[in-house]
Amino acid sequence: MEWFLANTGMILERGGQHLVLALVPMVLGLLISIPLAQLARQSRALRSVVLTASSLLYTIPSLALFIILPTILGTRILDPLNVVVALTIYAVALLVRAALDAFDSVDADVSQAAQAMGFKPVARFLQVDLPLSLPVMFAGLRVVSVSNISLVSVAALLGVGNLGMLFTDGLQRDFVTEVVVGIVAILVLALLMDSVLVLLERILTPWERTGPRRGRGSEDDHMEPAGAASRATSTAGEAA
Amino acid sequence: MIEFQSVTKQYPGGQPAVDGLSMSIAKGSVTVFVGPSGCGKTTSLRMINRMVEPTSGTITVDGRDVTSVPAAELRRSMGYVMQSAGLLPHRSVLDNIATVPRLNGVSKRDARKRAEELLDVVGLAHSLGGRYPSQLSGGQQQRVGVARALAADPPVLLMDEPFSAVDPVVRDELQQELLRLQKDLAKTIVFVTHDIDEATILGDKVAVFATGGKLAQYAAPEEILRAPANNFVASFVGRDRGFRHLGFTSSDGVAIHPVPTIIRSSGRYESDSSAAGGWQLVVDADKRPLGWSAPGTETQLIPGGSLFRPGESLRRALDAALSSPSGLGVALDAEGRVLGVVRGGEVLALIEEARQVRQAAL
Repeated sequence: MEWFLANTGMILERGGQHLVLALVPMVLGLLISIPLAQLARQSRALRSVVLTASSLLYTIPSLALFIILPTILGTRILDPLNVVVALTIYAVALLVRAALDAFDSVDADVSQAAQAMGFKPVARFLQVDLPLSLPVMFAGLRVVSVSNISLVSVAALLGVGNLGMLFTDGLQRDFVTEVVVGIVAILVLALLMDSVLVLLERILTPWERTGPRRGRGSEDDHMEPAGAASRATSTAGEAA
Repeated sequence: MIEFQSVTKQYPGGQPAVDGLSMSIAKGSVTVFVGPSGCGKTTSLRMINRMVEPTSGTITVDGRDVTSVPAAELRRSMGYVMQSAGLLPHRSVLDNIATVPRLNGVSKRDARKRAEELLDVVGLAHSLGGRYPSQLSGGQQQRVGVARALAADPPVLLMDEPFSAVDPVVRDELQQELLRLQKDLAKTIVFVTHDIDEATILGDKVAVFATGGKLAQYAAPEEILRAPANNFVASFVGRDRGFRHLGFTSSDGVAIHPVPTIIRSSGRYESDSSAAGGWQLVVDADKRPLGWSAPGTETQLIPGGSLFRPGESLRRALDAALSSPSGLGVALDAEGRVLGVVRGGEVLALIEEARQVRQAAL
């Protein structure tokens, strides 16, 4: 506790770095995944190609990626850009599938009604398909948020600043307190991000909290991130 | 006017969904496409607003080929109502109704104002305007669907089985409401249904489609019921077609006989006749029918059958007689007071007479 109080400044700074390294790839991943998912919806063949490719991407060990990327990108090994690119790749791998599911979850009748009323394709996508896909999309985002936060810590092995450095530093100095503080800080960060996402979803989808289906829907939402969190953690462990 | 000219729709590797359809739909009338599933009625409807593009042939609306107009623009000039209402679940009732005006660039305020007016037109309370579609009953959702289709005041209304997902009572209500609306609006309505009853109630003309996408008969509903063009139409129109056809025969000439009544007011029964030993009609102080009283059980009220008003069809007159426990159909005046009764036998005699008149005319 004493150590924690003495080092709050450093922990907050590492936490901030950690958050940026997790958040930026998530947003980038989302921006890349949406058009990819739309592309995948054009034909059955494209769909299976995109899905297989995204699964393959996720199997690349993160540490390997962190080490290979500098040679590909021409960056220095300590450049945070490597982490951002690597995590964006993982985010895309997860979010393409989530975005596909999300667009598939939009009621075909509604989509067709929108078309029959004279929505042009882009307007229909932005005003009908996209907002209606949000509940499923957010489920995917919550998985990625947890997965990214856990994966960022691997980058500490390379010396890129984040909360994971509390592990590397604590291990080297054989100082358990620092490792424990690191674990707790990462958990808190993951919980915080998840809460923000839940809140954001509630604000963006007010219609979801009306009508008879409410109870079941919200329960399902809570189930997924729990399972996803353990999956993400185990992946991070393997990668490390 | 909407005109189909040898329109065919063929999906790859199947028989045609619509096969050489040629027909013209009169402006300001209700035309119903009816037929079993897979007969191409919905495909035909969707080709009008280019939700489906024909393989060959042309469709014109007021002389203009539909393919000469950009699809989105064409669709905004035609109201569209579908089975599950197809309301946008993430938008309030008002915003749903305002959809097409908004797409046409009307300001949010004006579009909402128009939407408010339309709530009145389709008989919905203004308090529902702020709700989401999932908070409405099926019947209310369909009304919103109709309001939304009317919002931009399009000359054409396309309705794809709009009432088939609601219960029979609500369906009946919605049908009457549509007929009432159509009296004022005089839109060109194309309505798809698989229910021949609905078709004959709503249609100025009915197009019966046969399996394989062929138009089997296109005529006034009365004619479809009276003179089916072929065996397919006859069997599709079904078992009760003779009875349904009576819905188009005038009841002029049906005799209305006086009926012995019991006036029930404040719990007391007062017989107005000496007709003991027969059925007596129980009425309230205003002569509105309450039910029947069987011979010998003057104080026991038996629910009555359907009611008939002079000027309605023979179908109503006959049904009133057939459904009445006494075999006497109760006839009411415009205020709902008892006029007298009609007798089933006499109605049947009248039907036979009308048939002979028709036969002589041939």
